[in-house]
Amino acid sequence: MEPIKSITSKTVVIPLDDIDTDQIIPARFLTTTTREGLGEHLFTDWRYTKDGTPNPDFVLNAPEAQDAQILVAGRNFGCGSSREHAPWALLDFGLRVAISTEIADIFFNNALKNGFIPVVVDADTHAWLLENPGVEITVDLESSTVIVPGRDPVPFSVDSFAKYCLLNGLDQMGFLTQHADDIAAFEARAE
Amino acid sequence: MKSLFDKLWDAHVVVQQTADKPAILYIDLHLVHEVTSPQAFDVLRERGLTVRRPDRTLATMDHSIPTVPISSLSELDVVSETAAAYQIRQVMKNCSDFGIELKDFTSPDRGIVHVIGPELGATQPGKTIVCGDSHTSTHGAFGALAFGIGTTEVAHVLATQCMLQRKPKSFAINLNGTLQRGVSAKDIVLRIIGEIGVAGGTGYAVEYRGSAIGALSMDERMTICNMSIEAGARAGMMAPDDTTFEYLAGREMAPKGAAWDAAVARWRELPGDPDAAFDREINLDVSVMKPMVTFGTNPGMVVAIDEPIPAPSGNDKAFAKALEYMQVEPGQRLAGTPVDVVFIGSCTNARLSDLEAAASIVKGRQVADNVRMLVVPGSQRIKNEAEAMGLDDIFKAAGAEWREPGCSMCIAMNGDTVAAGRLAVSTSNRNFEGRQGSGARTVLASPLTAAASAISGTVADPRQLVD
Ligand code: SF4
Repeated sequence: MEPIKSITSKTVVIPLDDIDTDQIIPARFLTTTTREGLGEHLFTDWRYTKDGTPNPDFVLNAPEAQDAQILVAGRNFGCGSSREHAPWALLDFGLRVAISTEIADIFFNNALKNGFIPVVVDADTHAWLLENPGVEITVDLESSTVIVPGRDPVPFSVDSFAKYCLLNGLDQMGFLTQHADDIAAFEARAE
Repeated sequence: MKSLFDKLWDAHVVVQQTADKPAILYIDLHLVHEVTSPQAFDVLRERGLTVRRPDRTLATMDHSIPTVPISSLSELDVVSETAAAYQIRQVMKNCSDFGIELKDFTSPDRGIVHVIGPELGATQPGKTIVCGDSHTSTHGAFGALAFGIGTTEVAHVLATQCMLQRKPKSFAINLNGTLQRGVSAKDIVLRIIGEIGVAGGTGYAVEYRGSAIGALSMDERMTICNMSIEAGARAGMMAPDDTTFEYLAGREMAPKGAAWDAAVARWRELPGDPDAAFDREINLDVSVMKPMVTFGTNPGMVVAIDEPIPAPSGNDKAFAKALEYMQVEPGQRLAGTPVDVVFIGSCTNARLSDLEAAASIVKGRQVADNVRMLVVPGSQRIKNEAEAMGLDDIFKAAGAEWREPGCSMCIAMNGDTVAAGRLAVSTSNRNFEGRQGSGARTVLASPLTAAASAISGTVADPRQLVD
């Protein structure tokens, strides 16, 4: 994985609460056996009308959303299934951060493991971000703050180990395999 | 003073968590299915890793498998989409390459992953269990610590039998009282989600406690633990008791003889200390609960069947969008709304007692003309047992379809779908937009309510039909 220090981008806002993983990537696209190409189907039922043409009312189809890397969503983003296809689809589309007041657990973990940064901010900052779509902000991983124009930096919490892995471009498999002796000792004790 | 959860956690820590690092947690049982595993096996191949404990890994095919009979891969190709058939072949190849036991579509043990784990006795008290599937919480009904994980973690567990995890907070949900006739475990869990909300359990491992749990069968306990994730919980669990042990005794993968006695003695130590502390605690009385139905597009948007749909609070865009999608209005009661499809199935409610409950309503009656009713047993064994009891004949005589086991219309990946705009009353666990097919509208309910709705042709209160 590429190391990630900070991401600066304008935001795209989907103000709905409880956006579930079935909306992010519907189950009918889960027959894939690879990680690639899922961006095409991101939010498919909201992005396309019944006849397959882009829905002009959906924010991700707006020209100004095309190179946004930061998604601001309503509370409880990513609830529902454990499908890692959700962060894969977001990343493949070009998004790299989701900001909300609450982010569902399994999605949160899956996201971090793929270099997609879930950011939980306070209600006041969240409300401001919802009201100011398209504003350019910086999500700075190193200081764990969101830098918003004209406001104090907003701290967010990210697990120190996940942060270390992201900053250094490490994945966690290497860390686990290094503990093979501890695992063998545990098995010897337990069995 | 330890809770059940504390005991389960402590017994599986390989390396303790610190401020800098999560704990390394040992996993006793890893369940695998075709949808969330292919990319994990690819990671193993890319890195030249093997599966550390194939003997602690068990695979099935359930999500994209057809529910019409097939006995060969060439028959699969005829009934399945190319991608789904390829995914089935991949799980067969991966399990064969890495030495993992696979319950494939010809196996008498096959079925939905969360149904067959308990049924085979692989799910046991005191175990840590993971699966690349959010409803892994089901297994917590046995006093196990069971997490749904993503595909990266599936690869971690395949390679190391461990996962990295910080200890979640604990949440006690105390359930007391006695259920009324026509009200079931599904109604309890829908009521809980309505109470705490779809994010109410986020960050917590939930323990269900209280006298009402002791009175439930294992099937019913699994229904409740299954839907813990719909409240956002990391895990749901219940202390094991004699009901648990009776369920497991004699099952294929359960311990036998002296090993069984030793296991039961260990399992009796698992229930939490009476004064164990929890980060959050709520109490609910099940005796006042009624049959529940969802009216919106997440499982927290739920009302008692005879109560009106509430009005949104303030400017709740998601709530308004959900009602528009479902074509319902605040103040309306769902009972009486015409139904197009009834689905009895899924890892929430496709066990034998669920099929019996549905059959008790359907028996001697006819499915309404406007309704397609699909009954999909959770496993091959359940299908066989139900057939031995004649349940299939009851369903077929009433005009319902009796299918092969699998996830089917719960996730609509295998060709079993609800058409756009149609209303389905389903015993599954998710009513998200498009979950049962693009544009499909889903009302979640118990098997009794679903069966009553099939007969009446409209969303119906089962209390009028149960004897
Ligand atoms: S039945 Fe539904 S919820 Fe259960 S494992 Fe299958 S798809 Fe998931």
